[in-house]
Amino acid sequence: MITFTSFPSPPQTTAGHGRTKHHPAVEEDVAMDLDEDELSPGGSRLTCPGDSITSSQAFMRGHGTYVENEEVIASVAGTVERVNKLVTVRAIRTRYNPEVGDLVVGRITEVQPRRWKVDANSRQDAVLMLSSVNLPGGVQRRKLESDELQMRTFFEEGDLLVAEVQAFFSDGAMSLHTRSLKYGKLRNGQLVTIPPILVRRLKSHFITLPCGVDLILGLNGYIWISKHVKENDQEGEEGFDAEAVYSNQNDDIDDATRNAISRVANIIRVLAAHFVPLTDTILLEAYEWVMDQEIGTREILLEETSDFFVAAMTGSRD
Amino acid sequence: MASRIEILNDGGFRSDGRKQYELRDISFDLSPQSSADGSASVSHGLTQVVVSVFGPREAKMRRETIHDRANINVEVNVAPFSAGERRRRGRGDKRILEFGSIIKSTFEPVIQTSLYPRSQIDIYVQILQQDGGVLQACVNATTLALASAGIPLLDFVCAVTGGVHSTSPLLDLTTLEENDVPHVTVAVMPRTGKVTLVTMETRLHVDRFEEIFRLACEAGKVLHKEMRAAVRERTGVLVAAIGAAPRGTSAGMDAGDRDVVMDERIDDY
Repeated sequence: MITFTSFPSPPQTTAGHGRTKHHPAVEEDVAMDLDEDELSPGGSRLTCPGDSITSSQAFMRGHGTYVENEEVIASVAGTVERVNKLVTVRAIRTRYNPEVGDLVVGRITEVQPRRWKVDANSRQDAVLMLSSVNLPGGVQRRKLESDELQMRTFFEEGDLLVAEVQAFFSDGAMSLHTRSLKYGKLRNGQLVTIPPILVRRLKSHFITLPCGVDLILGLNGYIWISKHVKENDQEGEEGFDAEAVYSNQNDDIDDATRNAISRVANIIRVLAAHFVPLTDTILLEAYEWVMDQEIGTREILLEETSDFFVAAMTGSRD
Repeated sequence: MASRIEILNDGGFRSDGRKQYELRDISFDLSPQSSADGSASVSHGLTQVVVSVFGPREAKMRRETIHDRANINVEVNVAPFSAGERRRRGRGDKRILEFGSIIKSTFEPVIQTSLYPRSQIDIYVQILQQDGGVLQACVNATTLALASAGIPLLDFVCAVTGGVHSTSPLLDLTTLEENDVPHVTVAVMPRTGKVTLVTMETRLHVDRFEEIFRLACEAGKVLHKEMRAAVRERTGVLVAAIGAAPRGTSAGMDAGDRDVVMDERIDDY
């Protein structure tokens, strides 16, 4: 899948079509039939399943469309996007569409011979091979039969982990790997699930908030909020400590940190309920705003507070 | 059969004050419910149905996976308080199972299942209130829930019940009318006019069938307008919410894009 513009243009741009650049010769036949009422406030064209978009003779069909009687027809509700001759419809709410290199948070659902099955909010469970995890005793170590027999000591059903999409199988299922010290089992925190479209691609998906909370924004919409771990604790190639990495025991978390974790979780829930995309900046701002206004952890979820809060967040940059 | 109530009086009104071809009040609610990928609540008059869609996701039962397309799993649940008479139906109830398989076969040709090999799409139907036209409400609610879950559909599926009282056709029957009048439920795909479901549990004279069938198809197209407007409104709200958000790290990129647009405009003049 080709990703070009992740999100519809901001309200300032009047026509969504202005964004795409074309060769002068293509310019004319690019003028698709455009009804004014079909435009969203953001300027991108909205579709419903069964809506005819354009003729299939002049355009190529992409994701979210199909061709019938020489017409390109939308099959999902969303916004129309176009690169030259390729027309795609991006669904507004859908499951996670994996891409190689994406950072995901997942949960082990099954232990199979030499592999784990991982639920990653995608259309099929992801696969984590025994050969793509770091095992105790060094990175270069060979996988032994004894490792296969004690797979449950590394990951058990129900364990949460952070991993990277490594490749795809022929049926579209994704293969994960955790061969980095950044990846691996998760503990000391809480999981929040939001629609995957709200997680944007960032420079880093590991965020540390000043309130002593670490965040992992999985591109699949799973977000892990945990107690901050000091940098030097998790680094050190030699210091790869299997006991610590695959431990099932939570550290001691003091009350202030517990409160901060729940506060961040509630902020994310409220933002997701109002369909506001998450970035590191908005999370920082939101946390500061909540602290300034002295809103309690529970009160964030109340309807009036949350409306007020989201209005403050989305209005602050306009 | 002499009925106690008058189905159609001399003034051309039905028992609830509607005209022959008049549909009941409809309302659609597409706001998300719990953790479902897509959900919709639909009411036709007093009939109310809630549908939640999960998936496409890994099939719970390995033997249910199909290697080249997604499996559709429909589960129907009738609330004990939904009808006039309080009654609890179990999961194994034959009538409920049949209901589920009707919904499944209605949507199998509409959902583009071949895009999701080895996955499963779960459709959970909850019937909260029954006052005639339960099947049509289920089909309409399922369409909306699938659309809001972002599952690719060839088209909307719009269902309406039609009946005939002696020689005069009626649309969108209530329970009172369904008990007295032969009726047929038709689900239509409005863009092509293809029909994915026709079902009858009563006997209907063959001469009347065509007329009612055509009427129901037309009524389906009317419903389509409303359903499409509901989906469009919901999509518009979500797109606007995403667009209105402050742009974090991507702000720089967008500013660049905007400049290009401006330049093009300037060139035009």
